[in-house]
Amino acid sequence: MLTIKNLQADVEEKNILKGLSLDVKPGEIHAIMGPNGSGKSTLGYVLSGREGYQVSGGSAELNGENILELEADERAKKGLFLAFQYPVEIPGVSNMEFLKASVDATREYQGKEALDTVSFMKLAREKCKAVNLDPSFLKRGVNEGFSGGEKKRNEIMQMMLLEPSLCILDETDSGLDIDALQVVADGVNACRDENRSFIIVTHYQRLLDYIVPDKVHVLSDGKIIKSGDKSLALELEEKGYSWIEKE
Amino acid sequence: MSDVIDEYVKTEYEAGFVTDVDSETIAPGLSEDVIRFISAKKNEPDWLLEWRLKAYKAWLEMDEPEWAHLNYPKVNLDEVSFYSAPKSMENAPKSLDEVDPELIATYNKLGIPLHEQEVLAGVAVDIVFDSVSIATTFKEKLAEAGVVFCPISEAVHSHPELVKKYLGSVVPQKDNYFAALNCAVFSDGSFVYIPKGVRCPMELSTYFRINEANTGQFERTLIIADEASHVSYLEGCTAPMRDENQLHAAVVELVCLDDAEIKYSTVQNWYPGDENGLGGIYNFVTKRGVCHTNAKISWTQVETGSAITWKYPSVILRGDNSIGEFYSVALTRNFQQADTGTKMIHLGKNTKSTIISKGISAGKSSNAYRGLVRMSPRADGARNFTQCDSLLIGDQCAAHTFPYIESKHPNAIIEHEATTSKVSDDQLFLCLQRGIETEKAVSMIVNGFCKEVFKELPMEFAVEAGKLLEVSLEGSVG
Ligand SMILES: Nc1ncnc2c1ncn2[C@@H]1O[C@H](COP(=O)(O)OP(=O)(O)O)[C@@H](O)[C@H]1O
Ligand SMILES: [Mg+2]
Repeated sequence: MLTIKNLQADVEEKNILKGLSLDVKPGEIHAIMGPNGSGKSTLGYVLSGREGYQVSGGSAELNGENILELEADERAKKGLFLAFQYPVEIPGVSNMEFLKASVDATREYQGKEALDTVSFMKLAREKCKAVNLDPSFLKRGVNEGFSGGEKKRNEIMQMMLLEPSLCILDETDSGLDIDALQVVADGVNACRDENRSFIIVTHYQRLLDYIVPDKVHVLSDGKIIKSGDKSLALELEEKGYSWIEKE
Repeated sequence: MSDVIDEYVKTEYEAGFVTDVDSETIAPGLSEDVIRFISAKKNEPDWLLEWRLKAYKAWLEMDEPEWAHLNYPKVNLDEVSFYSAPKSMENAPKSLDEVDPELIATYNKLGIPLHEQEVLAGVAVDIVFDSVSIATTFKEKLAEAGVVFCPISEAVHSHPELVKKYLGSVVPQKDNYFAALNCAVFSDGSFVYIPKGVRCPMELSTYFRINEANTGQFERTLIIADEASHVSYLEGCTAPMRDENQLHAAVVELVCLDDAEIKYSTVQNWYPGDENGLGGIYNFVTKRGVCHTNAKISWTQVETGSAITWKYPSVILRGDNSIGEFYSVALTRNFQQADTGTKMIHLGKNTKSTIISKGISAGKSSNAYRGLVRMSPRADGARNFTQCDSLLIGDQCAAHTFPYIESKHPNAIIEHEATTSKVSDDQLFLCLQRGIETEKAVSMIVNGFCKEVFKELPMEFAVEAGKLLEVSLEGSVG
């Protein structure tokens, strides 16, 4: 699915990712943990092609294809989805209009038949229900005046609608109460599929109680310094990161 | 700001072609003789010629205003021709069948079919090509309702008492430099009269087109809504691409009698000049309406064209309980400059006004909102609400807001809100990450920003305005 080798990347001429390697197989869930400022969000942005994030070495392949040369919208249409740590508002643009544009562009790119408005609305309402958002949210501006939890659930709703093959969730659980956390986890679990992989960035072991990862990695100063299974997350919760960094 | 946005690529102006018709254009320059020539061409009565000459004398004493936030070389009026008409209009056509096919083709190309059966259902259209009006559709259907919709040059003959009474009654001849000039040399434009109690059965619409090089267009529109009548009117404008700047100085007067309502919408898409700031229309327009008791005037404008826009559609709220509204979207890019806004003059009791202005600047353009709200000592219970939002695309453009408030009444309520925002990298990246291409994303964000204004436009035109914004923004991001 996703193969990253020795990836190095700079932001504003400062080296942030310092040789990161990761191999995610189809259907797997990988959790990435690590201290603030270690480069977790940067990894998501570099993979999704955000402007200003310069790759200075290494490679990243999605389904065998080098994605680092592609435009951001092309990567998205090839099935790479990023749920944002801080979803931004777009005033006046309704969620519905935004999602329709997104789904239309993606389906066209993938050579799928266009969805007519009625089927699309039906689908969008279904997905809203699945993440416990009232369908009236579809009429509101994108993230406009949404609470923190609503924004995050809106991200998961978009993920369900777009059916991507690689989902990167950047601290989707931060700031969620226990009920919302459950909703997010249910959403992810409902999307689990042998052909769909997840990279879940989180600070808290509690999300991993609901979404059981195949692997857990610790990112520190732009590199993965330790990998393990689920038990690593528990150990981190207990002892923090410093013991590994000292190792 | 992202490189994508800084990059400015040339976009084609879609209406920029020239129509090859044989025209009669008088030599450049302005004099009493030119005015007499124009008046004679139109076979005008003496009173109108005198009226023009009076305006001309007043104009000679006036200076071009310099207070606007605009920077441009003054137009040399010695190089402007003040009258141009296609020769085939010499003996004005009686019906559309007699109109020069070249002209019909021009309008088809602009998406404005002239044959009545093809015209947008329910919209009557008047067309002004350079200095003359060439066609008014749906005349008969309107006549049944008693509505008069015709070129003003025709109304001078068919309804002289109305024209004489109201011409210059809202915008006095000496109001400003450009208005005085217009009074002296106005060429053609539309005239509308809605009788008492009549709801105009269809949208009325005028398309203005400048074709000839080095001509000015000085149209004059007069709309009279008699007591308890209702009308919705729309104007659209285009011009060919030329390297020289062309002058457009129009005057629009609205008379809204007791209990009447006028809704006036503009989609202004004059040629804006090229990506280096060469050419484009200088648009100096005076638009004003007067509301009598319980009357309502609503101005909605979508301004995407012109090199220079100087325009302040205003409402004089003379009657008690009258209402004035101004909804505006002004988009500038490349080197375009706009200084636009409104004046709401509250004279009557319990008068209300609403101002919603959305300015969008891209490229190296400059976009200013200038608005005056005046509450007279008589304006008991008057209220105004103003909301003025600016959106910046890129970091080389500018937005300015100049609100003027003059309140001579202690109870008057005036609320003013202003915001400035940017199309942010975060918003663009969110769209890209969801598979939406940059251009589509920018147009979606801008359309969202303008939503409150677009919803005021008649349905067909709201769609048109959205598309126009999309075309205008094309290439404004890499
Ligand atoms: N746009 C940016 N400009 C400058 N520095 C940045 C930018 N984005 C991230 N960084 C820096 O990169 C490092 C990693 O940040 P980030 O990837 O957000 O970390 P994490 O998500 O792990 O908390 C930090 O030192 C941060 O200050
Ligand atoms: Mg982060």
